[in-house]
Amino acid sequence: MRKVKLILEDGTVLEGKSFGYEKSVAGEVVFYTAMTGYPESLTDPSYTGQILVSTYPLIGNYGVPADHTENGIHKHYESDKIHITGLIVSDYSVGFSHWNAMMSLGDWLKSQQIPGLYDIDTRLLTKILREKGSLLGKIEFEDQKIDFVDPNLLNLVAIASTDTVETYGEGAYKIVMVDCGVKNNIIRCLINRNATVIRVPWDYDFTTLEYDGLFLTNGPGDPAICTITVKHIKTAIAQEKPIMGICLGNQLLGLAAGASTYKLKYGHRSHNQPVLLKGSNRCFITSQNHGFAIADETLSEGWESLFVNVNDNTNEGIRHTSKPFFSTQFHPEASSGPTDTEFLFDDFIESVKKNKSGK
Amino acid sequence: MINTDIKKVIVLGSGALKIGEAGEFDYSGSQALKALKEEGVYTILINPNIATIQTSEEIADKIYFLPVTATFVEKVIEKEKPDGILLAFGGQTALNCGVDLFRLGILEKHNIKVVGTPVQSIINTEDRQIFSDILHEIDVLTPRSVACDSIEKAREAAKKLGFPLIIRAAYTLGGLGSGFCSNEEELNKLAENAFSYSPQILVEESIKGWKEVEYEVVRDVYDNCITVCNMENFDPLGIHTGESIVVAPSQTLSNAEYHKLRSLSIKIIRKIGVIGECNVQFALDPNSEDYRVIEVNARLSRSSALASKATGYPLAFVAAKLGLGYGLHELKNSVTKVTTACFEPALDYVVVKIPRWDLNKFEGVSKTLGSSMKSVGEIMAIGRSFEEAIQKGIRMVGGGMHGFVGNKAEMEITDIEGELHNPTDRRIFAIAEAMEKGYSVEKIWEITRIDKWFLQKLHNIYELKNKLTPFNTLAELPVDLLLLSKKQGYSDFQIARLVLKNPDTSIQADLLKVRAHRKSLGIVPVIKQIDTLAGEYPALTNYLYVTYNGSEHDVTFQHDNKSVIVLGSGAYRIGSSVEFDWCSVNAVNTIRKEGFRSIMINYNPETVSTDYDTCDRLYFDELTLERVLDICDLEQPLGTVLSMGGQIPNNLAMRLHKQGVPILGTTAEKIDNAEDRNKFSAMLDRLDVDQPRWSQLTTIEDINRFVDEVGFPVLIRPSYVLSGAAMNVVSNKDQLHHFLTLAAHVSKEHPVVVSEFIENAKEIEVDAVAKNGEIVAYAISEHVEFAGVHSGDATIVFPPQKLYIETIRRIKKISRKIAEALEITGPFNIQYLAKDNDIKVIECNLRASRSFPFVSKVLRTNLIEIATKAMLDVPFEKPDKSLFELDYVGVKAPQFSFHRLLNADPVTGVDMASTGEVACIGENFYEALLKSMLSVGYRIPKKTILISSGPTRGKIELLESARMLKERGFTIYATGGTHHFFQENGIETEQVFWPDENDKQPNTLDLIKNRKVEMVINIPKDHTTREISNGYNIRRNAIDFNIPLITNARVASAFIYSICKLDLENISIKAWNEYK
Repeated sequence: MRKVKLILEDGTVLEGKSFGYEKSVAGEVVFYTAMTGYPESLTDPSYTGQILVSTYPLIGNYGVPADHTENGIHKHYESDKIHITGLIVSDYSVGFSHWNAMMSLGDWLKSQQIPGLYDIDTRLLTKILREKGSLLGKIEFEDQKIDFVDPNLLNLVAIASTDTVETYGEGAYKIVMVDCGVKNNIIRCLINRNATVIRVPWDYDFTTLEYDGLFLTNGPGDPAICTITVKHIKTAIAQEKPIMGICLGNQLLGLAAGASTYKLKYGHRSHNQPVLLKGSNRCFITSQNHGFAIADETLSEGWESLFVNVNDNTNEGIRHTSKPFFSTQFHPEASSGPTDTEFLFDDFIESVKKNKSGK
Repeated sequence: MINTDIKKVIVLGSGALKIGEAGEFDYSGSQALKALKEEGVYTILINPNIATIQTSEEIADKIYFLPVTATFVEKVIEKEKPDGILLAFGGQTALNCGVDLFRLGILEKHNIKVVGTPVQSIINTEDRQIFSDILHEIDVLTPRSVACDSIEKAREAAKKLGFPLIIRAAYTLGGLGSGFCSNEEELNKLAENAFSYSPQILVEESIKGWKEVEYEVVRDVYDNCITVCNMENFDPLGIHTGESIVVAPSQTLSNAEYHKLRSLSIKIIRKIGVIGECNVQFALDPNSEDYRVIEVNARLSRSSALASKATGYPLAFVAAKLGLGYGLHELKNSVTKVTTACFEPALDYVVVKIPRWDLNKFEGVSKTLGSSMKSVGEIMAIGRSFEEAIQKGIRMVGGGMHGFVGNKAEMEITDIEGELHNPTDRRIFAIAEAMEKGYSVEKIWEITRIDKWFLQKLHNIYELKNKLTPFNTLAELPVDLLLLSKKQGYSDFQIARLVLKNPDTSIQADLLKVRAHRKSLGIVPVIKQIDTLAGEYPALTNYLYVTYNGSEHDVTFQHDNKSVIVLGSGAYRIGSSVEFDWCSVNAVNTIRKEGFRSIMINYNPETVSTDYDTCDRLYFDELTLERVLDICDLEQPLGTVLSMGGQIPNNLAMRLHKQGVPILGTTAEKIDNAEDRNKFSAMLDRLDVDQPRWSQLTTIEDINRFVDEVGFPVLIRPSYVLSGAAMNVVSNKDQLHHFLTLAAHVSKEHPVVVSEFIENAKEIEVDAVAKNGEIVAYAISEHVEFAGVHSGDATIVFPPQKLYIETIRRIKKISRKIAEALEITGPFNIQYLAKDNDIKVIECNLRASRSFPFVSKVLRTNLIEIATKAMLDVPFEKPDKSLFELDYVGVKAPQFSFHRLLNADPVTGVDMASTGEVACIGENFYEALLKSMLSVGYRIPKKTILISSGPTRGKIELLESARMLKERGFTIYATGGTHHFFQENGIETEQVFWPDENDKQPNTLDLIKNRKVEMVINIPKDHTTREISNGYNIRRNAIDFNIPLITNARVASAFIYSICKLDLENISIKAWNEYK
């Protein structure tokens, strides 16, 4: 068997065993603490450029679901392919069992040329990342040396986004979706609510389109790179049409609202982040996956914080004080993770409806 | 905002430990009390379980050792005038009592607010019809079912739903009276049984074979909801969750399934209106996302205790705070101290719970697992692979097993297919045996429907065994393979047995060879922390486990001679239960108070000792020699305490000592001198102390010769048991022969110990503490029953009420001699027999005994604290309290769980059968006895009683009782001999006929089945097989028809005296601290 190591930029070297595609890769090493949903996470475009460390040790248990499509999108995946750069786990389950499984996780990784390592002390790794912040790292097979790569210097959004304009659903409300690396479940959540989704590339000038509401999606990397998207959003917020954003969409709306963003030490990647609706006692458990955040205090006049993270007080969403614009740092579409805040899509569609009928 | 009107509350406990309701409620009650105290609320606890931690002065402000029934609770309410009451922390006992208090209008009358979930919500979850109606309102699926109040209706329902069906009784504990049936005949039988427990039964579609998944859900007054943990049963639906291996988190559920059930749980808790915690059980179709909700428990439960321990999230503590009006987000995560309690724990390990059964203790019991619970305890194992966790877990359960494989050939399972089809307590080993015989995972799945993922993991363990066995020496064993075995949870013992293959006699030496070998290769485990957030935030608590699936310790070790390790008691079982947890926790408390660092090793999720803030460091791990040595290697403690956790730590004494582990208190050699029958006996002879004559024998001829010498009856203790109980008293040659040929084995390898059995002797216990061989504190108590009833099943009185001064003097003198000879430092217990003033020693344990909490609490002197100080060699005050100056009496009564043990003969004998105990304090013996017996479920008969008084002695004993009952207008039904005896002595009784005289009326069984009697007294007389089976039928039916049963004449006469002389209205309602 070829020897393989995970090497971090701080000099940490951990030897593991390969269960995926045998190829050396480099990226940013991040940990996620969710206990279910590896097929969803691996296909989440927000993980582009990242080597993912699962803190939950037993991975692969239920295999990978069959690749069905529904309404033009994959039913069980969050995009067309695996987006992570590599996967690190403690105990890979060779055997798998599920009525819906089509193949093993290892075979899936191999088929998409993504390396995976097991037999690594992922808790040790997590503690390093917690102390030092996310680090650059590489999965290196002994006979295939490579250099570190900082994915945050690349335009990851351009990689994760689409090249073409596509339309989904036949609903009454026309929603333009700026795809910065969208998860399929956002599209599902909208078309299930009587929307027609017009998905456009991240740098597309959607301001020229006819639409009832604007949706800013999740995506990977540093929001500051997406200047062109921010420019388009600035045009949109000068108007009255409802806007909803998620994750990177929250950060982009924040930038358009004059705020600044910064990189968190090690980000939030889990299913158990508590967020409080400002000015209330309502606290929600949310699914999250982000490394950057809005600096609340930099929000300009007319904007306010909507949700706050109860653990570390970071921004979890913003809204306009008078216009129907809001966004969340967390993922109301879940998939994977808890679905407790899916009602926000109802709120959005409701405001679209109101805005449309008000015309 | 929090409700500041609530300043004084009553908390209801769960009473004695019983099957289905065990130590977990001590844990949840203690946590709730802690939370209330932190908020400045004055707490009054009602719980007769004197051995619990919650009934300690520092936990509750006021404690009543009284029955948890509406009658007694109302009396306490009248006296204490509380503002609120908490019903959710004392299991089904407290919940039922709360519903009674509500329905009787007592809560309203005294204007008492229920803190937490409202009673109506509780009722909505308990009444199955209301429950499913409510869930249907919110489009949540429950099994199609029909509530029936008659057998006819049940039959109709069966026609509508079609077989197979499950029958459930409403308002019962842990599935009591439930079962599966696949035809009308079975239905009739099951339904009749279910109706004996409840006026309402449920006939339901069977979803046997579906996955069983549970969620622990929390909700606050602001409607914020979280699910703290989900758990998946290893066994599919059909086996009660209390009988199933359970893993946390779920392993085979996809994200969609996990979150579908999660959001349903939240939808349900919102609809029901729980404030605090509840548990939702689902059945999930293994072939789709179809589901059914099986059950909701609107209270803390066994599962919630497990979930707390599995995640580090203190459910009961949080639930109590939410009851007072806090929002989840207003509370802190008590592990990290910086993050919020409004989150869902992320685990970075896997947890396996395995039940512990003690079915061998019972004569005739059915061993098949099904929809009602029989296990008496459980363990929780933590690992970073499933293989590691389950192998640890199997060892923790005890019973001589070393893991999934590598067990003795003794666990011979011949009918593999049968065992797989109809699982018993040996289920997991039947799977191992099946793999051994070449059954594929597929085939085992077809029979058992256990998810293939679990079976594949077990198969990994099995395959690894086959890779180990070709090697015969440690030197040739590849290092990678050795490391992999450790990662898969193999113990040094298993590796020694599989590789070295020496006879068992050298296994102890061999496992140490494996240990030395792997240590020389650097193969040692690491210590990981449970932190609720999978490493995302640093944890401030030291909740630890040991694993080979890792390369770094989470903690550092201070080798400063300040650490003291206490070994806990392991799984609760018959004979070792919450009392040892009380001892362990009190030892830990003392160690901390004295400025040492306390380290606890234990793995029982039902305990307070495994609460992460009880000690400075908690190792939630095995109590095997290997694991204790691993921990000692790292911690290098000042000393270890082996005398608090019962027999498990005690048995490790010599082996730990030989490995250089420092043992506090009495030395290992002296412990061995007390444990080794020959050494102990020789010592007694030297001290000129009398003991019943005994001999260790290897042939039937020798046994006969010995019996000729000492005479019948004799006590037989085989070292190898074929079936049934390990010990037995035999009264004649036939019985002796029967026992030795059918039940036991006699040979050179398996000697039998035969002892003289002294009839009609009193049994007396001494619980004491000594330092350097000098007794510094002691308590003498006496059994109500004559010797022959195991001390764990005996009714015990303290201080003794009927002992001669001379007897007491002699006992003290002998105890002093023994303490001196064994140079005891720490706690010990000696059991004596006394007949006239002849004193004989039966047994001596150089450790805390079951009765330490009882005597400590009645004395109001903590013997464990003194013992711990003696062992730590720190100064302490020698109590000067004279024991006979107590102006009150404590009586400890056993709790039996026969109603859950189908077919078991409900008798007491030399082997222990009770699952728990209570103790109450009274102005006199009879008052204390009455309170205690009412606490373990006895009800006071008003008009009718059935007496079958057994041997002559029993008849004489009960004569006066019968007279008293008659004077109070009772109708006494008596079987033949008893009837004639009473008649001859001028007492009118109605003669009833034996079960096998079914042509004659009235028949005892009809009387019982038609509930014509309120109490049954049946004193076993073991002469003829006919009488044994008649007696059995009476006793078993009394249990099955829920009629109070007494089987000991001395207890019966004391109980009858109590009910005749005392009026419940005038019984004293005093808190513990009011007895001075």
